[in-house]
Amino acid sequence: MKSVADSFARIGAIFIKELVQMRRDRLTFGMMFAIPVMQLILFGYAINMDPKDLPTAVHVEEQTPIVRTLLQALETSGYYDLVMETADPRESEALLAAGDVAFVVSIPAGFTERLIRGDRPQLFVEADASDPSASSNAIARADALFTRALRHDLRGPLAHLAPAPGPFELVIHPRYNPEGITQYNIVPGLLGVILTMTLVMITGMAMTREAERGTMENLLAMPANPFEVMIGKITPYVVVGAVQTAVVLLVAHYLFSVPFVGALWLLLLGVTIFVLANLALGFTFSTIAQSQMQAMQLTFFFFLPSLLLSGFMFPFRGMPQWAQAIGEVLPLTHFLRIVRGVMLKGAGFAEMQGELVAMSAFTVFAVAAAMLRYRRTLD
Amino acid sequence: MNAQHQEGLAIDVRGLVKRFGDKTAVDRVDIQMPRGEVWGFLGPNGSGKTTTIRMICGLLRASEGEGTCLGFDIGREADRIKLATGYMTQKFSFWTDLTIRENLEFVARLYQTPSMRVRVDETLEKLGLTHRQHQLAGALSGGWKQRLALAAVTMHAPKLLLLDEPTAGVDPQARREFWDEIHHLSTEGMTVLVSTHYMDEAERCDKIVYLANGKIVTQGRVRDIIKDSGLVTFRAEGEGVRALTATLEHQPGVEHVAYFGAALHISGANEAALKRAIDNSARSDVEWRSVRPSLEDAFIALMSRAGADQRVHA
Repeated sequence: MKSVADSFARIGAIFIKELVQMRRDRLTFGMMFAIPVMQLILFGYAINMDPKDLPTAVHVEEQTPIVRTLLQALETSGYYDLVMETADPRESEALLAAGDVAFVVSIPAGFTERLIRGDRPQLFVEADASDPSASSNAIARADALFTRALRHDLRGPLAHLAPAPGPFELVIHPRYNPEGITQYNIVPGLLGVILTMTLVMITGMAMTREAERGTMENLLAMPANPFEVMIGKITPYVVVGAVQTAVVLLVAHYLFSVPFVGALWLLLLGVTIFVLANLALGFTFSTIAQSQMQAMQLTFFFFLPSLLLSGFMFPFRGMPQWAQAIGEVLPLTHFLRIVRGVMLKGAGFAEMQGELVAMSAFTVFAVAAAMLRYRRTLD
Repeated sequence: MNAQHQEGLAIDVRGLVKRFGDKTAVDRVDIQMPRGEVWGFLGPNGSGKTTTIRMICGLLRASEGEGTCLGFDIGREADRIKLATGYMTQKFSFWTDLTIRENLEFVARLYQTPSMRVRVDETLEKLGLTHRQHQLAGALSGGWKQRLALAAVTMHAPKLLLLDEPTAGVDPQARREFWDEIHHLSTEGMTVLVSTHYMDEAERCDKIVYLANGKIVTQGRVRDIIKDSGLVTFRAEGEGVRALTATLEHQPGVEHVAYFGAALHISGANEAALKRAIDNSARSDVEWRSVRPSLEDAFIALMSRAGADQRVHA
């Protein structure tokens, strides 16, 4: 028991030292709290997966009540913003190529006449689909909105032209985020991204800073073992992670009105394991890197796949198997499922168990790697 | 701690070798240092002093050789050695972004010094830094940094103190005070191994170990080393001393020529040859007399002989 008490005393000594150093490093200290708030507000308001008011040019070769109805329907859908009319199809082409408009809607001459005759005339929508996610929602809605628009006009003698109802009724019930508000998805996800970036980077510097400032030799000459050094050095950042989490959750609630339907304790359990996973990884990086610069590079080497393959930016299920396999290794992937699951879907412990285990396993591996890599001598 | 540990040698290492790649930094070094003494570790830059000290306190693994420090095996019991030794690095290695007090408190906590607060207060008092305790350590001048470091590495009352060039770049007054403190610690029973480039400091040691190219060239008491060097030294004083240097340097039997202030020392192992050299370059404005060789004379001679040996072996 004596040795355990000794160990705690040494961890305490390192913990206090790190805390004082952290507080004294104003820039880093400020960044730890300024970054989350800035990122949240910036990305929370900026990122929109369901873009509206996309600039649209129309090329209309006739003016009839039906054409006007169709154009008005486009405008009121919210997705299309009719910014100009063109007289020449080549002009439309140029506008699309230059990126001045995202869509060109062409209604050829004789459209109305042929519609009334029942000839099924063609109405063209050309879309700039170079960024599929930017145009897909607008494209998907085009067919339905035109059909619905004409429902009022195709009455009386034209009633036979109105589309017949399908053989069955399709009922789509979008759950958890029925209005499809991007922020409900992005803001909880940002919690994971912010924690990953700040915590891995800060602990990545933990040992390299000692080496670069020439204090490493002194630290190694003192009777603290690698585990004690690691725990002493990462514990202050558990506190930092907790504060960042509180900040993000408060901003999510008060600024973005993100719903929170699940259990707070379950989310906090997930946050704790996730924070430990990132800190352990950062510490491992700092035992590998020779300098703070290298630690930074390693952090980014890890951060980019976390951002792109975790399901934060792009749908996880849209990735091929091998990419999903990489994603499954990353703690952020599991954390995103937990934070979205608990906050938006009210998932319980049973549903989240697998994710918690996966993150814990990652933590254990990272700690083991750090202990193997930690050099106790100057060799 | 058992009796054997108390009675035994503070440092007992044999055949220590440290290689970095192809380079052999330390080559078969033996040191048997009794407890309670103050030993000086001398030798030119790159001679292996720091590497040897680091192996003794468990900061570097020896490539070959073995030994004990305070009775603990230097390879397997580094943790116990670290608890019982104080190691002051050549470069200031305390935390410049912590205050003086915070540095001392960190050390006290890590070594679990009893009644920490009192101990830190006492240390600050003794250092004369009580009124500056809340300043950052990085703001201290070189001499004060060294004193802080010495205070910090002795706070846990180590049995052995390893000091690596503790007075490099420190003014003479501060150096004197530093050495007074070392002797004070020694009287309290601490064993001290200190590396230095200063001859006056070497002369304050019980014994010195002289290292060159990773090998121990000589060791012993200052008086014995001078005697064993077999050196004879003559001192020239007078107006024409400066004109003598060039001619004397190339005379047979003159091992080295060095200025001590306005005086010139020539040394060599062969007294007759030296006298011939003096006769050959006799001047009316220079007065010669025989003097006791200084430690520096002995070392320069040892070094040039070691260098000559190496050239022969290479």
